[in-house]
Amino acid sequence: MSHTTRRLRYVVKRLLQAVPIIFAILVMNFFLLQLAEGDAVDVLAGEAGSATPEYMAELRAKFGLDQPLPVQLARYLWNVVQFDLGYSFRHEMPVSELIFDRMVPTLLLMISTITLAVGFGILLGLIAATGLNTWRDTAISIFALITYATPLFWVGLMLIVVFSLNLGWFPTSGMENLTAFYEGWDRVWDIARHLVLPTITLSLFYLALYTRLMRASMLEQYGQDYVTTARAKGVTERRIVFVHVLRNALLPVVTMAGVQVGALIGGSVIVESVFAWPGLGMLAFEALFARDLNLLLGIFLLSALLVVAVNLVVDIIYSTLDPRIEVA
Amino acid sequence: MGEFWHRFARNRQALFGLGILGCVILLAAIAPLVYPADPFSLAGQSMSPPGENGFLLGSDSLGRDVAAGIAHGAKTSLMIGLVATLVAVLIGVIMGALAGYYGGWIDDLLMRTTEMFQTIPSFVFAILLVAIMKPSIESVVIAIAVVSWPAVARLVRGEFLSLRNREFVQACHTVGMSDIRIMLGEILPNCLSPIIVIGSLMVATAILIESGLAFLGLGDPNVMSWGFQIGAGRTLLRSAWWVCTFPGIAILLTVLAINLVGEGLNDALNPRLRERAG
Repeated sequence: MSHTTRRLRYVVKRLLQAVPIIFAILVMNFFLLQLAEGDAVDVLAGEAGSATPEYMAELRAKFGLDQPLPVQLARYLWNVVQFDLGYSFRHEMPVSELIFDRMVPTLLLMISTITLAVGFGILLGLIAATGLNTWRDTAISIFALITYATPLFWVGLMLIVVFSLNLGWFPTSGMENLTAFYEGWDRVWDIARHLVLPTITLSLFYLALYTRLMRASMLEQYGQDYVTTARAKGVTERRIVFVHVLRNALLPVVTMAGVQVGALIGGSVIVESVFAWPGLGMLAFEALFARDLNLLLGIFLLSALLVVAVNLVVDIIYSTLDPRIEVA
Repeated sequence: MGEFWHRFARNRQALFGLGILGCVILLAAIAPLVYPADPFSLAGQSMSPPGENGFLLGSDSLGRDVAAGIAHGAKTSLMIGLVATLVAVLIGVIMGALAGYYGGWIDDLLMRTTEMFQTIPSFVFAILLVAIMKPSIESVVIAIAVVSWPAVARLVRGEFLSLRNREFVQACHTVGMSDIRIMLGEILPNCLSPIIVIGSLMVATAILIESGLAFLGLGDPNVMSWGFQIGAGRTLLRSAWWVCTFPGIAILLTVLAINLVGEGLNDALNPRLRERAG
């Protein structure tokens, strides 16, 4: 069997493995929705002010809420397949539309965070590993230890106090200055300035994580036989680090970046609500306040699916980067 | 025990962590004595800076004492962290033990479930659970436990898998011991140390999750907590920085201390693991 077909079969296999997980998440979502007090009709009736029991029963029949659970579940699954995540009565919009509107700011925040965290994490881990047990290594370890223990929302608030309120370098909240009507590059620059503090806040935790991982990964590679061989050949230490060890040490860090996406989404709820960044996290925060569970469940579902998708992509990339990974 | 303490005490970081943790526990214990009043009650001039009007760490816009809140919040954080972790460890041990001991389809089913729970973004899931159950101490504990157990289950499964075919277990089978007795009485005691280590580190994570939930307004409305203090103080950032700052330092120190103690436990209980980890 050729290499390409094997790879293709692996991809298909991984896709099929994801199906039961997605199905289970959907079913769980459905039951969580059932657990929530009151259904859509209660909300509608509440909004309308007064509704007779007959009218409510009629509405329930119209939405299919009087059907037995399995029928409702099937209906729910069918709706989700069609990207129909229900209706948000607070926003008077379909949930899916609301979510897609807020997707771009969140993706922007996440991409800049991952770039910063992975980039600096690799750099710091490299510095720590090459200067093992020197003051640089110790300082980086202490930094990682403290960062691990700091609540993200608190870091965000402290950064606002220092850099926005006292120094006035960055804006306190939002994604852009809407009253200024910037266009073109001015607008990009404005958004970039708003992006700085949320990105730093969200990346700190992952920065610590990637630093530790990179350090451990570098040290593991140092112990390998090929390093000894390279040394014996007389390859310079610098070349060993940058050409041989670094390349191999990067692999686990790349995988981790994918695995951490779920945590990143959780962190973005916190960070976005601190900085009023108008993304999905902020939407979740608003939904919490308005007790808009339909919307909250939609966001939850989407983020769970996103994690499944990212893990899938990372696995496939990983298997391409490292042909030793079992693909058969 | 003596040897264990000797190994633990050799680690200065762990001792430092234990010291801070001791202070936090002491603070939680003496809070009702030092600040007998309800921490939600008005205690004097509002918006007092630290050190003024008799407020050690200042007061917020409603005249609540920040220091009293931190003292009472210590109990909340420690208790929720501990109870949620115990529940999570209990679930994880049951799932992991059954999966590792029996293998086969039970293992498949339980591990697929574990995988699903690991895939779900845990903090968003915790938010959702508390929002559905209505914020209270119980719902926060349940939510944290539900998102935390998968790591324990995987760990315990691995341990059970590697121990279930050892000679001492086979000997137990031969003398006709029941499965439950073998699992609880023979195998479990042999994997206690990694469970203790992961559990201690989970307490730290649980406290962080709790503070995040309380910050978003999902804490028990009748119980003072550090996250709530920060959430309530964030609108005062411009005029009263101290309301947010001090509870955050309390969280940072507590979580840091627990992490240090957890790593110290790891080094002391699994000396070989440390060597392997380099």
